[in-house]
Amino acid sequence: MLSGMESRTVAWQPIADTPVAYLREGDETHPPLDSPAYKSTLLRHPRAPLLYLPQTLSEISGPALGAAARLGPLDHDLTRQHAGAPIGERLIVQGRVLDGEGKPLRGTLVEIWQANAAGRYLHKRDHWDAPLDPNFSGAGRCLTDDDGRYRFVTVKPGPYPWGNHHNAWRPAHIHFSLLGRAFAQRLVTQMYFPGDPFFPYDPIFNAVRDERARERLIAAFNVHETVPQWAQCYEFDIVLRGPAATPFEEEL
Amino acid sequence: MIFPTTPSQTVGPYYAIGLPWPQGPFVVPEGTPGSVRLHGRVYDGRGALIPDHLIETWQADPDGRFADMHGAGPDGPSALEGFRGFGRCGYEEGDGSYALWTVKPGRVPGPGGELQAPHVLVSLFARGLLNRLVTRIYFADEAEANASDPVLASVPSERRSTLLADPDGDGGYRFDIRLQGDGETVFFAL
Repeated sequence: MLSGMESRTVAWQPIADTPVAYLREGDETHPPLDSPAYKSTLLRHPRAPLLYLPQTLSEISGPALGAAARLGPLDHDLTRQHAGAPIGERLIVQGRVLDGEGKPLRGTLVEIWQANAAGRYLHKRDHWDAPLDPNFSGAGRCLTDDDGRYRFVTVKPGPYPWGNHHNAWRPAHIHFSLLGRAFAQRLVTQMYFPGDPFFPYDPIFNAVRDERARERLIAAFNVHETVPQWAQCYEFDIVLRGPAATPFEEEL
Repeated sequence: MIFPTTPSQTVGPYYAIGLPWPQGPFVVPEGTPGSVRLHGRVYDGRGALIPDHLIETWQADPDGRFADMHGAGPDGPSALEGFRGFGRCGYEEGDGSYALWTVKPGRVPGPGGELQAPHVLVSLFARGLLNRLVTRIYFADEAEANASDPVLASVPSERRSTLLADPDGDGGYRFDIRLQGDGETVFFAL
């Protein structure tokens, strides 16, 4: 558990271009809730169709949690949260948080969590027989800067077995949580690494039906930002849905 | 130019490493006058409790104003001391229940400018949910406001009760969520 994020009010910062509605998304982007190959969906997906919810002030506003977050100085660096360095390949994981028009989302909270290099989570219900690392908790937080950029330092998570089907293994991944600037933009996702051999067999990754959409979950190795003698860099841009076209634009 | 959205993925079983924090369930600071406990349980399609769910809420304050960082809303941000408007509750070893400390929201404008009934927006995450589920909590003791709410009016009448939190007899409200089957909660596409 990270420290900070006390409740307190923040100065009001009105932004002139706050969207009044967000683009509604089709089925090709997000995975269907009923995805039978991922067995945990069987009893957890609603059977009734989702009902249309208009986007009112409730849906187009969003928490000031980002600005109110009292971030610890090492919350973004998962390799320096303990007395020693964690085992594993040191990584810089960085990117931009954008909306669907390509505009950077500044000051928005990015939260990550992940397994250690052996594929083990520091969680009471993870019983996989792989070692915990006393120097790795696996959680990080940061706010995007004025260009919508975030940056974490961590180690590469290992793949790990799970019980979904015979010989099931999750591809190595880092969980990402994004608040965006509106309730309508809230997103939780997973970042994967290029060329993972478990991709063809993973029902969670493949629940995203469109191949191009799946590719948007895979980080890119960035040799230019890789730091000599120190850490590999992976780049992962995240796009939250953007403003809906105005009625005027729809008429054209 | 439209940038395609990053797809959603499940929060998985181990989100408690990164997402909950001690103050998360406090939408308002402890001891705020008029604050209430909003709580309930979350069930799967067989009626079993879901121990590894994560619930988040977003709502206006009693004056209908939000704690919004971008200034959405005609009246500016909430003036209620310490009002976060956002709640998050999830446990490393959960028992299927959740509890938040909040204030009953005021009324905010709806799609046509008319006032909506008091409501709390909910995002529900869990292992087995490849995308969040979105619903709204209304209050059973706001019958008059509920009767004219445009969103409730769009819900088939026999399912509306799944969106109502009931007074729990102890000053708080109870709102259970059923993901599937009998009494399935109404979920929304946003």
